[in-house]
Amino acid sequence: MTIPVQLLLKKKEHFERDEHHVPSDFHEELFRLEAEGEWVVQRVPEPYIEVATKYGRPKKIPVAGMWHHKSCGQCGHIPGYSTSIYWVMRRLGIDYNDPRDQTSCTAWNYYASATSNAAAQAAVALRNFSAAYETGYFPLIHCGTSYGHYKEVREELLHHPALRAQVRSVLGKLGKQMVMPEEIIHYSEWFYAMRDRIAAAQVLDFSGIAVTVHPACHYYKLVEGDAIYDPDIYGGQRTAIVTGLVQALGAEVRTYSTWFDCCGFGFRHILVQRDFTRSFATQRKIEVMKEEANPDVVLTHDTGCVTTLDKSQFAAQAHNKNVGVPVMSEAQFAALAMGAHPYKVCQLHWHSTDYRPLLEKMGIDWREAWAEFERDADKLRRGDQQFLTWEDVDA
Amino acid sequence: MSMLAYPGGSGRGRLEAVIDAGSALLKAPAVAGFADVPFAEKQRLVDEVMADMRYPDYLYGCYECGICVAACPSARFYDFSPRRIAQASAREDVELMYQQMEEDIWECSQCFSCVRCPRGNNPGGIITIMREVAVNNGLGSARKALEGYTRIIYKIMSTGTQVSPDMLQPDAFPDWGPEVKDVSENLDVWRRMLPPETMHTTSTGWDVDPRTLIELYLIWFETGALDMIKKVDEGLHMILEEVMEERLEEEGIER
Ligand code: SF4
Ligand code: SF4
Repeated sequence: MTIPVQLLLKKKEHFERDEHHVPSDFHEELFRLEAEGEWVVQRVPEPYIEVATKYGRPKKIPVAGMWHHKSCGQCGHIPGYSTSIYWVMRRLGIDYNDPRDQTSCTAWNYYASATSNAAAQAAVALRNFSAAYETGYFPLIHCGTSYGHYKEVREELLHHPALRAQVRSVLGKLGKQMVMPEEIIHYSEWFYAMRDRIAAAQVLDFSGIAVTVHPACHYYKLVEGDAIYDPDIYGGQRTAIVTGLVQALGAEVRTYSTWFDCCGFGFRHILVQRDFTRSFATQRKIEVMKEEANPDVVLTHDTGCVTTLDKSQFAAQAHNKNVGVPVMSEAQFAALAMGAHPYKVCQLHWHSTDYRPLLEKMGIDWREAWAEFERDADKLRRGDQQFLTWEDVDA
Repeated sequence: MSMLAYPGGSGRGRLEAVIDAGSALLKAPAVAGFADVPFAEKQRLVDEVMADMRYPDYLYGCYECGICVAACPSARFYDFSPRRIAQASAREDVELMYQQMEEDIWECSQCFSCVRCPRGNNPGGIITIMREVAVNNGLGSARKALEGYTRIIYKIMSTGTQVSPDMLQPDAFPDWGPEVKDVSENLDVWRRMLPPETMHTTSTGWDVDPRTLIELYLIWFETGALDMIKKVDEGLHMILEEVMEERLEEEGIER
């Protein structure tokens, strides 16, 4: 018997939203608990944009007034990721809050080492939510791991009164109240919702740029009903995030067969067992993308994925593997489209793979840009100036 | 019950073990890479896994279909299988679950690709719980898996951010290319060139408010997360406890 490949592929072309198979909306329980005085629900501030999640439930994405829940991996090792998010918001004239009263979600460590527990993880999450609430700004989560983990934490708190009681008692000792945001929002959802405004501010033509997208596991696999989908993007079979933005920017999105595979990050593996990470990232992702789609750049929307897919390629070159494609976040890609400085804003010198051919294709003179960066660096080295400011990077 | 024969090495002859039919992958103690413990102890550990409030949400039986295996990165690159995890749990196979806690669970990438399970299972989530139990009970696998990882635990628990710019040292990441050396050599200047004021730091991802850190320390104390460290690394626990208690004392906070 032959395998009916075409039939199988046809079945995968579209995801039909079926009203009989819609997971229940968590908001009902969320607001019920608020009415019973269990916690405060921080409302999504107006104005907001509504986008559709996997099973059709609309999700409100605020336009402005966000509290930036930073990512330790982005700020620490890929700082251009964070600075690009800020830069795009500033360029669009959007007010935000960059807090110091924020810890990491600590979930990278939790998924790596399990040296924590559900109560501690929930308390860390709600401490941050409470800190955001105190400022009046609404949390925007930069990291896919934090986003996925916080959604898990929300599920656990919604369903386990004993956990809520324990977390309430811990937060009470810190003088913090129980706060849960109406929606948990990932920065890439904001970029998706704002894609037309971002495209309207575009200054470079990206029509000649070919892109492959790696969707981040913890964005859409964890609590899947909360991720954004569009029937017109991949037939609603994959999240519309990143791809929708790239299309709005006029670049070409190319598909590849291992899109569902993770990147190989592994949480503990990337730190202490990188042979697995390197092999997986190159053999299951980069090489497949190169062979099937030959992109100019790989875009993704999570700390771990950018790190893994970017850093794993160097060692593979020694084995003559078919690698060598730049990797960045879609926030950096959008910032470049809007005219951001590749070094002062996008910080591409922190990346490992060679991004220079891509910049040339985008029409960016990287030699001149690097010379400008070095001139500014010298000012700091000489002590003429202590820091580079937002005004400096746009000068 | 069935008798399964294990091929032995020279001089060892044939090892035989009496095991459940469902545990065809169970290793006899003589070939397992971990110490055997009395059955009651294994049962206690398994009970601890099953008592976790999340456990009923992570397991609804198993079709044995292998969809999770097809999606699993660790199954592709290790001798590891989320289906075996779900099967052992669904059968409440104490011997096999203990073996998995000592051998398999640290291979998992925690990517949660396996939640595409048509039965609604979350094998990766079961593993999270098994890992927590392994840490809580100081199992050999947990101690071994966390060797070389302790500086990360120290960083996250004491500073509130997990990876810091100054970790980017060429000797720590020789496989990440020459850019790591460039970053480490220019770290101070390149950090001060980042336009957000919160990101001029080198030993943390961003500038965390001291008050925020104290709140984090209280969370570690109050939820028992700090105590968990004692089970896998006494030295690290001592250092962390000292650092945190000193800060809390300075602030006049009594626990
Ligand atoms: S856990 Fe789920 S996906 Fe895996 S074998 Fe069992 S039923 Fe199939
Ligand atoms: S979470 Fe673990 S078991 Fe599940 S697919 Fe990922 S690596 Fe495999």
